[in-house]
This record gives sequence, structure tokens and C-alpha cells, in this order.
Amino acid sequence: MKTLRVYAILYLCFLYAPIALLPIFAFNDGTIIAFPLRGFTLEWFRELAEIPALHEAVGNSLMIAVFSSLLATVLGICAARAGTRFEFPGKKGILGLIMLPLVLPEIIVAVSLLVVLLQLGLSLGAWSVILGHVLICMPFSIAILNASFQSLDVALEEAAIDLGETRLSSFRLITLPLVMPGIISSLLIAFTISLDEFIIAFFLTGTEPTLPVYLWGQLRFPQKIPVVMALGTLLVVASVILLTLAEYFRRRGAARTGQADSGGFL
Amino acid sequence: MKDTPAQSSPIITLENVEKYYGDYHALRGISAEIGQGEFFSLLGPSGCGKTTLLRTIAGFEALSSGRLTIDGRDMAGVPANKRPTNMVFQSYAIFPHLSVAENVGFGLRRAPLSKAEKARAVGEALEMVGLAGYGARAAHALSGGQRQRVALARALILKPKVLLLDEPLSALDKKLREQMQLELRRLQRQVGITFILVTHDQEEALIMSDRIAVMFEGQIAQLDAPQMLYRRPVTRQVGEFIGVMNFLPARATMTDQDHIEVEASGLGRAVIGPDQVPGGFHPGQTASVGIRPETMSILFAGETTDRRVATGIVEDRAYYGDMTYYEVRLEGVERPMTISMKNLVGRPVLDRGAEARVAWDAGSLVLFA
Ligand SMILES: Nc1ncnc2c1ncn2[C@@H]1O[C@H](COP(=O)(O)OP(=O)(O)O)[C@@H](O)[C@H]1O
Ligand SMILES: [Mg+2]
Repeated sequence: MKTLRVYAILYLCFLYAPIALLPIFAFNDGTIIAFPLRGFTLEWFRELAEIPALHEAVGNSLMIAVFSSLLATVLGICAARAGTRFEFPGKKGILGLIMLPLVLPEIIVAVSLLVVLLQLGLSLGAWSVILGHVLICMPFSIAILNASFQSLDVALEEAAIDLGETRLSSFRLITLPLVMPGIISSLLIAFTISLDEFIIAFFLTGTEPTLPVYLWGQLRFPQKIPVVMALGTLLVVASVILLTLAEYFRRRGAARTGQADSGGFL
Repeated sequence: MKDTPAQSSPIITLENVEKYYGDYHALRGISAEIGQGEFFSLLGPSGCGKTTLLRTIAGFEALSSGRLTIDGRDMAGVPANKRPTNMVFQSYAIFPHLSVAENVGFGLRRAPLSKAEKARAVGEALEMVGLAGYGARAAHALSGGQRQRVALARALILKPKVLLLDEPLSALDKKLREQMQLELRRLQRQVGITFILVTHDQEEALIMSDRIAVMFEGQIAQLDAPQMLYRRPVTRQVGEFIGVMNFLPARATMTDQDHIEVEASGLGRAVIGPDQVPGGFHPGQTASVGIRPETMSILFAGETTDRRVATGIVEDRAYYGDMTYYEVRLEGVERPMTISMKNLVGRPVLDRGAEARVAWDAGSLVLFA
């Protein structure tokens, strides 16, 4: 038992120590990434504010993340509802196919999308990155939304219809509010995945890089590394906040429909 | 024998209703009339199609063929939200994100009433089901019995012509269930509308209903008032499903229009009337007679009677305090029969292996072809 605990602690250190180094050097007053530390500075964060190319990349990333998360969530709602309410031929196969990108290496998804798009003679741009991101966000959205829809009693919507509502209005009045925590959770997780994603963005982005792609480009210039560290710190903080929010909403959804918490991604 | 007709003009008529789920034949030619203000039960084992029939009436399932009218209107093509029926779901389907008052008032959303009028209607509905003052509570914090009351109030607030209830009491514990049975019956008399109750609990159906349709495998086997159903089941299957019934092999011959001579093993010869053959008399080799446990009694030593007497051995007994159930094997019969006796003061409880003299009457026999 004891060795197992030591192993677990070492494992976690190994996994997360590099991330802990990010903020340390982001505030270090020196251009060389090495101990000993030289002093506290906010200089690198200040510099972040003065790079137009960076701001463009942030703008691209945000735009792509917003559209990707919206699309993945809307499609996820449709798939989750169909999957939990209706029986149709090939249902298992179709749902399995949607979940496939979860286990497929991203580089494969990226390269195959690139090949297809180029073969079709389409030019790359933000839209092709969005396409790729929707693909990899969908499994997460569906998994979250499936849980929300599955915990809903089918009779709830029928009860609303029985009391005079139409199919559409009963979905809006009953189902939507009850799965809303799941929807928000799906939006936040998809947004985070898209914001941090590198490989697909790297392959499919045209002339407008996303933030991770821009970051990668900056690594070639040693004097820029502290700035990259500062940027990385901000990204980590943003991701943690978003994922915490997502988990909060997922749990609230579970509590609201009175089900036992069956664990999520976090 | 013909089914007992409704005592009032019909509010629902079902004509040869069929329902298929793919290849599965769920309803096989259901015909019935359900009267205005009647407490009507659909009784049958799990999977016999009770819920399916209720849902076709509510409009959640389309008929495969046949005709359904409610209040004289053909319901073909009329969606659930336009039918004069409301439903209490088996799970109650209380909207968990709304308060009790919002749940109960949900059906009034589209009604042309002022806010104050709606609030008053909700208050009255809550009072009717004994939940006055519960309006502000969160729905998901209610107990099972309270949820059921909310579901009732929510369905009744629209003053439907027919209230449909799908096993509304099955989730409650025994005490609460018995209390709610009486309350539901009282509520039905008070509002005066037709209730259609789905249940697999024969006792519940007997206690509450004006008439009961007993269903097996998508068909109505018998539609009758509780007493007739219990005393004159048309088939062995119905007799077995409702209460306890003993069956004995028998031979029967019709002597004239009004008399049938029965020779039942263990009991002997008896003459019965045609009303004791509710399924209709069909001359044949294999027949059986049914007799209820409480229509017989075991005589104690030295007791005399002018009833018919058969003799047998007590194979087993179960003492229930107020009652004792005996398993008695009559002479010349393979299987023991159940006899129930009230434990009156001074009446001894017989032990296993004791000889038993069983008193019975020809009038309690039911003959099955
Ligand atoms: N939507 C459906 N699709 C396929 N079969 C169904 C469906 N609903 C019910 N059935 C089948 O129809 C039969 C009757 O079901 P139901 O009416 O729910 O029975 P009950 O309420 O009497 O227990 C069952 O065998 C059930 O499996
Ligand atoms: Mg049922």
C-alpha cells in the first residue's frame, strides 16, 4: 500500500511539475529559463499586451472556440436526444462512430482532414479548424449530454404534452431547463478543448494562426521564452477556471434531477 | 355470458382496437364502452397491454386499426394535447425544476385566465388533494405520497372528461396505498368524472372499481362489476387471477334449460343453474368446477349441518391471526384445495394430518368448460 502511495505521488509530480514551472518562470526577472530565480517581475505579462500578432491569434482562437463549442453542443444535443429517446436501425454503430475521435490519434484526424480538404480543392482557414475541432469535441459533448438526457424521465415531456403543450414547447419548457446544466458544461468543455488544441489547428489553419500555433512559432526565439511562459500561465489559469465551471454545472444538473452522481470527466 | 354494460351513457367507446409494435401484437381487438362518471379499471398481469391501451386513449400511441371515440368524437388524428383526457403517470412525472404550485398550474398556462384566477384554481386543486399550503415547496423535495397528490391535482385542474391513471399506487408502501385507494375513490365521487385505472393488483381493482376489464395478452377476458368478476369468472384464468380459486376435475351434463348436473371429484354430484356457467355451457369430456376458499368451511367434531359435506385430510395450514388457511386434500382428489376459516372464539384450529369434514354448497360452484 505504502509503495503504491509513493508511486502515485511521484506520478502526479512528474505529470504536473512542468505546469508548476510555468508561472514560476513567468514571474522571473530573467530571460534564461534556469534556477536560481532572479527576482519578481510583471514585465513579461506587460509585453504580452504589446504584440499585435498575439492579439490576432487570441482573437482567432476565441472565435474558433466559440463556434466549435456551439456547433459541437448543438449537434451533441441532437445526438443525445436521438440516442436516449428513439430506437433506430444501426443506432449503436452510429453512436460508436461519433465517439471514435475520442480514441483516434489527433494527428490522424488532422492529416486525413487536410488531405480531404486539399483534394476537394478547398482553401484552409478558420472554418476548417472549426470543422476539425467540432469532430474532436463531439464525443465529449455527447458523453456529457447523454448523461443529462438519460437521467430525464421520458414521461416528463409527455406529461407536458398531456397538459396541453406541443412537442416543441414541452421540450423548451421541461427538457431544456433540466438539461441546461449539461449544455453549459458541454459548451465550456468544448470551448476549452478547442482553445488549447494544437495539432489540428496547426495542420488546418490557413494564414491566421490560433493561439497555440502562434505560441509554438514563438518558441524558436529564445528571448521570447519568458513571454511564452507568461502566456502559458494565463492559458492554464483560464482552462482550470473553465473546466471547474463545467464540472460545477454538470454536478448541479445531476443534483437537480435527483440522480446519484456517476462521475464525469473531472 | 355478456359483459356487464356501463350504468351510464358511454364517454369512451373502443371498437375492435388493435395495436402493433412492429411485429408484436400488443392489443388484439379491444372493444368496450366506458361510462360517464364511472370508476373503470384495467386489470391484468404485467405485459398484457394495460399501459398500451391507456396510452392509446391518451393519444400517445396511434391505433393500428379500430376506432376510439371520446365524448362522441372520433379521436383518429387528434393529438394528445387536444384530447379531453389527462393522465397520472406511473412515475408521476412531476417537473423537478418547478414548485408544487407551478406543477399544478402548468396546464393553465394557455388558459385565458388572470393571474389571480389561476392562483385560486391552483389553491383549490391543492386543497382537493389535501396539500393546501404546499404550493411554494420545491417539487423534488416531496415524499412519494405527496408527489402522487401533486400529479392528481395537476391532472384534475384542467377538468378533463376522463382521468387516466397508470398504476398510481404501485410505488407506495402498503399502508399509504390502502389509504390512497379510499381517497382516490372519494375524489372520483367528488369530481364525478370518469377514472380509468390501470393496475395489476386484483385487490386494488376490486376495492375501487365500478367495473373492471380483466386483460390477458392484449385481449379483454372479462368486463364486469367486481362482485360478478369474483363470483362468476368466465374462465379458469380469470378465476385464478382474481383472488384464490380451487379447481376440481368434473363432468357435466345439461339436463334441461335451467339445470346442469355436475359430477365433481371429491365433492360428488350437484345440480347448478346456468348462471353458474358464466363462460357458457359447452358439452365435452374435460370440464372443471371452481370454488372459492371462503365459501367452504371445516366442521369441528360433532358439528352438524344441512349443507353438503365432503371429507378429506388437512395437509397443511397457515395461521394468520384472524384467519386460518387450510390445505385440505379431499378423498379421491390429487391436489389439495385451499379453505379459509375465520378464527371464531371456541373454534379449534386443526393440525396437520387431522381429518376434516368440509361443508360446501352447490350454489358456490362455477363450471368451466
Ligand atoms: N414502445 C414499445 N415498443 C415495443 N413494444 C412495446 C412498446 N410498449 C410496450 N410494448 C410491449 O407491449 C406489451 C404490453 O406492454 P404494456 O402495455 O406496457 O403492458 P402492461 O402495462 O400491461 O404491463 C409488452 O410486451 C411490451 O413489451
Ligand atoms: Mg404498465
